[in-house]
Amino acid sequence: MRLNALAVVCLILTLAPQSVRAQAVAKPGIKPAELVTLLKLPKAQQPLIIQIGFRVMFQQAHIPGSEFIGPGADATAIEQLKKRVQNLSRTASIVLYCGCCPWDRCPNVTPAAKALAGMGFTNVKLLDIPTDFGTDWVSKGYPVQKGS
Amino acid sequence: MLRRVLLTLAMAATVAAGVACRNRTPSGDAPPPAADLGLAPDFSVTDLSGQTLTLSSYRGKVVLLDFWATWCIPCREEVPHLVELQNKYREAGLVILGISVDDEVAPVREFYRTYKINYPVAVGDAALAERYGGILGVPVAFMIDRHGRIQWKHEGQTAAAVFERDITALLARR
Repeated sequence: MRLNALAVVCLILTLAPQSVRAQAVAKPGIKPAELVTLLKLPKAQQPLIIQIGFRVMFQQAHIPGSEFIGPGADATAIEQLKKRVQNLSRTASIVLYCGCCPWDRCPNVTPAAKALAGMGFTNVKLLDIPTDFGTDWVSKGYPVQKGS
Repeated sequence: MLRRVLLTLAMAATVAAGVACRNRTPSGDAPPPAADLGLAPDFSVTDLSGQTLTLSSYRGKVVLLDFWATWCIPCREEVPHLVELQNKYREAGLVILGISVDDEVAPVREFYRTYKINYPVAVGDAALAERYGGILGVPVAFMIDRHGRIQWKHEGQTAAAVFERDITALLARR
């Protein structure tokens, strides 16, 4: 009995640091290399890609065809996001990305993902950015656009 | 028997997780050799108090140039340490400059007041970010020596001990 309890405690301690550390509830659903493949499709077959990070980064480099909304941590940006997608089919393919910092510490992705889930969207994926946009996209040589 | 095996595995996993966590924390040892990444690009910005900040006017000082955002969690965790470091090393010649990449200035003013920031803060733009090699994630900090040369660049959250290590190393140089 004591051994069982000790084993449970050890497992909790092992898992706890990650669960406490993770700020984001939403989890990544698409890797950069996978999205790059989708970018080669005709525009009509590509997902709607929305950057929910900061404008200064968007202007320096963003995923081609992506749209800037603003930091998901900002309620105003969430309202903008909702307006942008309100007329879309709830099965529309949407990719959200930020890239300010590691996704599990990003304050922008979860509010945005939750907003879309609350509107009934069922095909929303978060871009997997383990470090930041510069490291996980730009430095890999993936396509970028500049400007607003 | 099975219970003992499970217990052993659970304890081993706990130890491994602890070691991994510790290994992610910078040790604060002697700094790596200075990278000398070249002269820090000069710039002028207007800080929150309306003063013009020109980087080159800080020659002779050690400058910690920090790109950050108010909503960025790692940035928010760094700021109190930067405030402490500015207090501790101001007399010795440290100047910390904060360049926010927020889209609006109002939250930056609020943050400045709330966190009692004791160094100049300005809102930057994409042009300034590009002059520093691109700010494609935050926070990013540049350690600039008394001659205006970038000696280290820290991308992502940086431990206070690492900053202090760099600061003391650069303050010791003439």
